[in-house]
Amino acid sequence: MAGHHEQFIKQEGKIFTKSFFVLLTLTLIGFFFIGVRYVKGIGAVSNMSDGYPWGIWIAYDVATGTAIACGGYAVAILIYIRNHWKYHPLIRSALLTSLFGYGLAGFSVMIDLGRYWNSYGFFMPSRWQINSAMFEVALCVMTYTLVLAIEFLPAVLWSMENSKGNTLRKVTTWLHPRLVPDEAKMASGLEWVKSSAAWLRPRLEKFLVFFIVLGITLPTMHQSSLGSLLLIAATKLNPLWHTGFLPLLFLINCVYIGYGIVILESIISSYGFGRSFEVKELSGLSKIIPWLTLIWLTVRIGDLAWRGQLAAAVKFDFYSNFFLLEFLLIACGSFILFSETMRRSPRWLFISAAMMVLGGALYRFNVYLIGFNPGQGWHYFPSFAELMITAGIVSLELLGYQVLVKVIPVLPNPNHHANGH
Amino acid sequence: MSKQSRRGFLKTIGFGGAALLTCKAGIAGASEHGQVNNEALGMLYDATMCVGCKACMTACKRVNGDFGNLSYEKAPFDKDGIWDAPQDLSGSTRTLIKLYKESDAKWSYVKYSCMHCQKPSCVSVCPVSAMSKDKITGIIDYNKDTCIGCRYCQVGCSFNIPKFQWEKTVPQIVKCDLCKSTNLKQKGITACAETCPVGAITFGKRKDLLEIAHTRLKENPGRYIQSVYGEHELGGTNHLYLAAVPYNKLGLPVLPTAAPAEFSERIQHTIYKGFIAPVALYSTLCFIAIKNQKKQDEISDQKKTADENSGKGEEHK
Repeated sequence: MAGHHEQFIKQEGKIFTKSFFVLLTLTLIGFFFIGVRYVKGIGAVSNMSDGYPWGIWIAYDVATGTAIACGGYAVAILIYIRNHWKYHPLIRSALLTSLFGYGLAGFSVMIDLGRYWNSYGFFMPSRWQINSAMFEVALCVMTYTLVLAIEFLPAVLWSMENSKGNTLRKVTTWLHPRLVPDEAKMASGLEWVKSSAAWLRPRLEKFLVFFIVLGITLPTMHQSSLGSLLLIAATKLNPLWHTGFLPLLFLINCVYIGYGIVILESIISSYGFGRSFEVKELSGLSKIIPWLTLIWLTVRIGDLAWRGQLAAAVKFDFYSNFFLLEFLLIACGSFILFSETMRRSPRWLFISAAMMVLGGALYRFNVYLIGFNPGQGWHYFPSFAELMITAGIVSLELLGYQVLVKVIPVLPNPNHHANGH
Repeated sequence: MSKQSRRGFLKTIGFGGAALLTCKAGIAGASEHGQVNNEALGMLYDATMCVGCKACMTACKRVNGDFGNLSYEKAPFDKDGIWDAPQDLSGSTRTLIKLYKESDAKWSYVKYSCMHCQKPSCVSVCPVSAMSKDKITGIIDYNKDTCIGCRYCQVGCSFNIPKFQWEKTVPQIVKCDLCKSTNLKQKGITACAETCPVGAITFGKRKDLLEIAHTRLKENPGRYIQSVYGEHELGGTNHLYLAAVPYNKLGLPVLPTAAPAEFSERIQHTIYKGFIAPVALYSTLCFIAIKNQKKQDEISDQKKTADENSGKGEEHK
């Protein structure tokens, strides 16, 4: 993101760690089943049916995965719109997670689509169908992924400018000695790449703010439309979840999930990479969350009361239990953060953020799967292969993050204080 | 025009798209219930007349087998596949007869196929216009050449009608299209209605079907449940039902009279009317962000000069 490159550093350490190989194995298993899907059809790997035409690939990878990837969106609002520049050190890791989340959600969609070769239709205005919430989601998500890549580009360009090309040299030598051109040729090529990166970066950074704002507008649109997707299922989605407020609820939901994920990610990467916790930034960030969830919970309860569904919400049957679980996770998780001391403890921050993200994700699962009842005789639980495909995609995401933070300066620089020192 | 229809074009003129012609004449007629198009083509299925012979199912598959990539569904014991034994509507079966049995004295057959809604959810949700509603005939048709296989139509349909070919590498959605490209084009009637030996399936315009249905209700009040299923459900459907058993027991859900697509489109259109809201949001946010960034740049510039003044050692702490 624009300027301030001194705020970020590369994570020191080996790339090929034990967790690298574990994640790689999971990814490969997932890709094996993806191969099976493309050869033998969706029915061969998944338990989806004509009653439950959307399974976890949509409910998790797309509907929930993109909400989890809303860290970049939520933090960008905080910095650029609410003018809290002290959070700038958090932006790059949030953006990177967003880029992976959205990119891989798009990838999941291509696995899920039965006739994926026809998706070029989204670029043909003659086929556009603007009544469809999915049309809006599809175009918006594609554009946003591109915008995220542009937002992240300065970090990549900066690393290109400052790289010595040692790794490249090593790799080419390892590949084949004959492939390696003479040293001078390579050095000049490298010089050219460096200088063009150096030429492009300041020009890009000048106009970056327009992309950043686009990166705030687009998720506002498609995250609410992800809720609108289920408006049509008036006769199938349980009344505890089916409401005209679905777009609004999905929008607020993705913002607090986004903040929750930023907290989790920061604490986990501090713990995993042995860095000091960013308690100051995080406790400030977490001050906003309970207010957001308070609005969300008020809309939720108010809407249930207005539609006369409150009694159904506390019936303690299957649907009511899932509603209560979702409600309690979000309420308890976020209200912890009203307390100043809790906000300053990394442990409580972690617990609270985890509860909120779980509750927020459960809300999306409830809307897309658990509260969805197509009628008698239909059941759905994901198959092993279906789960492994999702696990493979999540592993690829973690793998990519783990590697990239060691190659590109993404994580906050603990020795640099952005403001007020 | 698709390849098939071009091939059959001469035939169409020869055998006469009689139904289509009559429909074209009828489009000027006023509709009775506001936006409901009663000139649309549909079918009336009378469950009290049906004998469950399944000739309609066979006729449907015989006529539409190639058109829609349908295959025969084997029973588990039928290794040779000589007997088509579908359990439900599926990627290979567009219409199906089922039996509801309460006791030896009280039972009813029921036929499933696309309801051809007046305000169809599947058409409303399809992102690439693969589902379409013919303005004149009211037929809901599917175009596999634009379909991306997202299955949103299945999520949207309250009757669970569109079916997906889960087992196929190159799958498609399958649903009844009133034999639009096959029997209707050649003979002006759907294959199932043409075949039914007892006249349980009546093919025609919606207004005529409704008239027939209400006459039957009046003439034999004891025989029927006193309502026509599909007359008002989800804003009305072109496929109508009469039965002696409550409709929900026959697997026809109790539904509101409002079409879900009206509700969802109203919300979506309110948010995106003229694309004004997104543009307004973008420009407002741009204004705020640029102002904030300028402010921030000034602060960091001041800090830099302050740092330089207070001694250069500080910078490399």
